[in-house]
Amino acid sequence: MDFAQLLISGLANGCVYGLIALGFVLIYKATEAINFAQGDMMMLGAFITLALTNDNHMGLPFIPSVLIAIAVMAVFGYLLDALMLRHVFGQPQIAVVILTIAIGYIIRFGAGLIWGHEPQSLHSPLAGQDITIAGIALGLDEIAVIIVTILLTGFLYGFFAHTRTGIAIQAASQNQLAAYYMGVPVRRVYSLVWGLSGVVAAIAGVLFASKGSIDPNTGLLGIKAFAAAVIGGFGSLPGALLGGLIVGVIEPFASRYGPSGYAQIAPYLLLVLVLVFRPHGLLPQVQQKKV
Amino acid sequence: MSTPLLQVDNLESYYGPVLAIRGVSLSVESGQIVSVLGANGAGKTTLLKTLSGVMNPEKGSVSLNGDTLTGLPPEQVVARGVIHVPEGREIFPLLSVADNLAMGAFLRRDRDAIARDHEMVLDYFPVLRERLAQAAGTLSGGQQQMLAIGRGLMANPRIMLLDEPSLGLSPRLVGEIFDIIKRLNTEQGVTLMLVEQNARVALSIAHHAYVMELGRVVMSDSAEKMRQSRDIQQFYLGEQEDGVRGQRRWKARKTWR
Repeated sequence: MDFAQLLISGLANGCVYGLIALGFVLIYKATEAINFAQGDMMMLGAFITLALTNDNHMGLPFIPSVLIAIAVMAVFGYLLDALMLRHVFGQPQIAVVILTIAIGYIIRFGAGLIWGHEPQSLHSPLAGQDITIAGIALGLDEIAVIIVTILLTGFLYGFFAHTRTGIAIQAASQNQLAAYYMGVPVRRVYSLVWGLSGVVAAIAGVLFASKGSIDPNTGLLGIKAFAAAVIGGFGSLPGALLGGLIVGVIEPFASRYGPSGYAQIAPYLLLVLVLVFRPHGLLPQVQQKKV
Repeated sequence: MSTPLLQVDNLESYYGPVLAIRGVSLSVESGQIVSVLGANGAGKTTLLKTLSGVMNPEKGSVSLNGDTLTGLPPEQVVARGVIHVPEGREIFPLLSVADNLAMGAFLRRDRDAIARDHEMVLDYFPVLRERLAQAAGTLSGGQQQMLAIGRGLMANPRIMLLDEPSLGLSPRLVGEIFDIIKRLNTEQGVTLMLVEQNARVALSIAHHAYVMELGRVVMSDSAEKMRQSRDIQQFYLGEQEDGVRGQRRWKARKTWR
């Protein structure tokens, strides 16, 4: 019983990590840039929802607020690439890394200026409700997180495997030059991927905020999600989710059964082990080029 | 004479810091196969990249049926029907063969015509039909070349720029692929600009040929005449010619120098 509760809450946490990791991997696969602002984009999505729906702010209904926040983050991601990252395109990798770290700081302190640095909680209809299945009390918020993650994953899979735009994104990430030759507007496709990862960030933010409180530093969670993406095999979308789930599940079990203080170390210890024994992660992206 | 399909005037283009194309002028008539021959580093690939818009020329102009293409982004050049089949295949390795072909028709909306072209491509390259669901990166080199040509055909090209289709293939496969290229030209009326190092096989199917050296066009003639030219035989077809002392004259100079 204890075990099941730990597992569900671990999986719910893991889903959030997995979604942030997915954002990292989406952008990395398509554009070969690593967006260290991904965690902060998640936090921003959560705060925009909070500002729209909480009674002490605008007090709009919950679902429309979430949809508006998703749309805002989609535009935010698109413009971030179109107005900023496009200019460092083709520059050394380190320029992109530093640029996204700087953007992350700007988002973090900008959010602090607008909404304050105190923790706040999102007024979600899911918060604080339990359902009991076979004698096990499970948080409705945690179940919702898992279901939404499954739905979003299915949606993304369908998008990449079956739509013209999704296949074009894959094509541009596998062979940028050939994509140009086929008439794919590669730069616009890249901006689109940033917009998509803004959407994923907003959803992850709302899911995270409905499980507890958020403050502008919540975005630092992105580092843990980054570790999850590496564990899963950076460059693999299923790997990112898997890595997120593993990190999410390992934390509550480590704190429950391990010595105290161990929970914080566990994900990184796992990261070290994975990198030593499987340097390409658990689900590496296989890609060989024939010449 | 009517305006040619593709007209290139005095084109200059840099490859990095190097002026790789130094004032190239050439033209391609509709329905023809025009071959551009030349050794490594002659500027052939840079020429094609400039034509397809992934590189911007320093000077000069490119026009298709009288409409200027110079300065257009690659997607608009593709939309006008200039399709580049790059050197070294450059397929999408993790996409299926079917999705690779579909990417060729990325800018098209005419579903029925796309389906017809899909069937046409599979009729010319039956080996691809057996492997539609397979990841393209698992195909052999020759199959990847066929896929690259098929993907180009899916764009319904008005002119196809074909870069070194013989690269890294066995002589038998080269023969097979060039037979298909010739058939595409005669049966489907595909206009082709064929860039090759393998002069023998290129001249065997071309109508007209240009020879490039160090970024310049140094010779232009019908393929027929080229095959008979002594310079071409000596320097590009590698034919042995007995000199006065029964040896090949290694220091022989080309007539255009």
